[in-house]
Amino acid sequence: MSDVADRVKKIVVEHLGVEEDKVTENASFIDDLGADSLDTVELVMAFEEEFGCEIPDDAAEKILTVKDAIDFIEKANA
Amino acid sequence: MRRVVVTGIGAVTPLASGAQATWQKLLASQSGIKSIEHFDVSDIPAKIAGLVPKGDGEGLFNAENHVSIKDMKKMDDFIVYGIAAADQALADSGWKPETDEDQEATGVMIGSGIGGLPRISEAAELVNHGNTRRVSPFFIPSCLINLVSGQVSIKHGLKGPNHAVVTACSTGAHAIGDASRLISFGDADVMVAGGAEAAVCRIGMAGFAASRALSTAYNDTPTEASRPWDKGRDGFVMGEGAGCVVLEEYEHAKARGAKIYAEVVGYGMSGDAHHITAPAPDGNGGFRAMRNALRNAGVNPEEVDYVNAHGTSTPLGDEIELGAVKRLFGDAATKLSMSSTKSATGHLLGAAGAIEAVFSVLAIHDGVVPPTLNLRDPSDACHGMDLVPLEAKKRKVNVALSNSFGFGGTNASLVFKGV
Repeated sequence: MSDVADRVKKIVVEHLGVEEDKVTENASFIDDLGADSLDTVELVMAFEEEFGCEIPDDAAEKILTVKDAIDFIEKANA
Repeated sequence: MRRVVVTGIGAVTPLASGAQATWQKLLASQSGIKSIEHFDVSDIPAKIAGLVPKGDGEGLFNAENHVSIKDMKKMDDFIVYGIAAADQALADSGWKPETDEDQEATGVMIGSGIGGLPRISEAAELVNHGNTRRVSPFFIPSCLINLVSGQVSIKHGLKGPNHAVVTACSTGAHAIGDASRLISFGDADVMVAGGAEAAVCRIGMAGFAASRALSTAYNDTPTEASRPWDKGRDGFVMGEGAGCVVLEEYEHAKARGAKIYAEVVGYGMSGDAHHITAPAPDGNGGFRAMRNALRNAGVNPEEVDYVNAHGTSTPLGDEIELGAVKRLFGDAATKLSMSSTKSATGHLLGAAGAIEAVFSVLAIHDGVVPPTLNLRDPSDACHGMDLVPLEAKKRKVNVALSNSFGFGGTNASLVFKGV
């Protein structure tokens, strides 16, 4: 697993208060991990902070799963 | 009119977490006022406050017992305290509505004087430094005053009236009075009512210090700083916490065999129409609030055994309130006991009226009146009055009146009676 994936998963565990093993790559923040729309906004902010990148609103709207987040960040930081 | 009784109590105060734990410490003449060490007060003249004791164990407050860590970031401390006091009051009352009908008949009215000042201050820092994108999506709901009522309703499934009072230091009393009227009018059968406050932060301390309202002469001896009616008083001491009561329609409470602490028999309100922070010098606002409450209760002044005073330990306010009590009660004033529990807790602003309502019903329930700490050298105007100096006193209390007065010249008095 990449470093980015580890860090993304850690943030998700901390912010959503979920068990680590539930945070699989295909897990949906809202459907599988109990987030609401405000939680997802905050998650995106946490990703921006952790990775020092900016995630525009239209891109943020498409980040629905753990994998979406990892992919976006890896591309942005490439 | 439908009768309203108190069937549950909860309190998170500088003395303890828990209504009974707080009450026992209050009766033992303990103080919850200490030095502020969790933020810098070097540039603020008032350096002490009534702070909720944190930790694990009897009487200590552990937020995680009431709110998950994940949810903690969605609420400022006043909401956490309010949820905790509501949890305690509901557990004490044994009321756990599960059917749609019961949930819809149960409402919440928990107010706050100031709301989420610490979070507002943090967000302002971010914005002022150009970090607007760092402002949390939970910022607004973490500081809105009505979010105590909102969060409590969500946690316990209470689908009746959801409301919140904001009347500065009268908030807690107004919330309990207004909620009792909602039950009287049939809008609800049960209401969780009270107040919550957590404004002991740099901006809150600086603000009240600037309005010259806070005690500054006792920074080295914090437990002696709140001294209502004492000649050495020099201002109030900030406090934090929350108080809640479960109010219930009398027949509803009786039908389920609920424990009844006391009945809410009277509620009176008034406005000073005088000044934004100072009380009217003749005490007319407080006088009319008390008079209206007694009239609403159908209680004569000589029937009142105990007055829980607003008594914040300010040079002006204490004697103005005392004067109003003397005028209203006449000869009966010398027969009642009157104390200010702010001497032990500090001034919890929007939560003050709520914890003081809890103390008033416990005075009735237990037949004891709580003390006014530090009242060693009473002002001359106190002559002939029993202000319960230094130590609690056993006495039968059938009727208790609790006063709360707020900035803006807003006044509320509640009258409770044994059932």
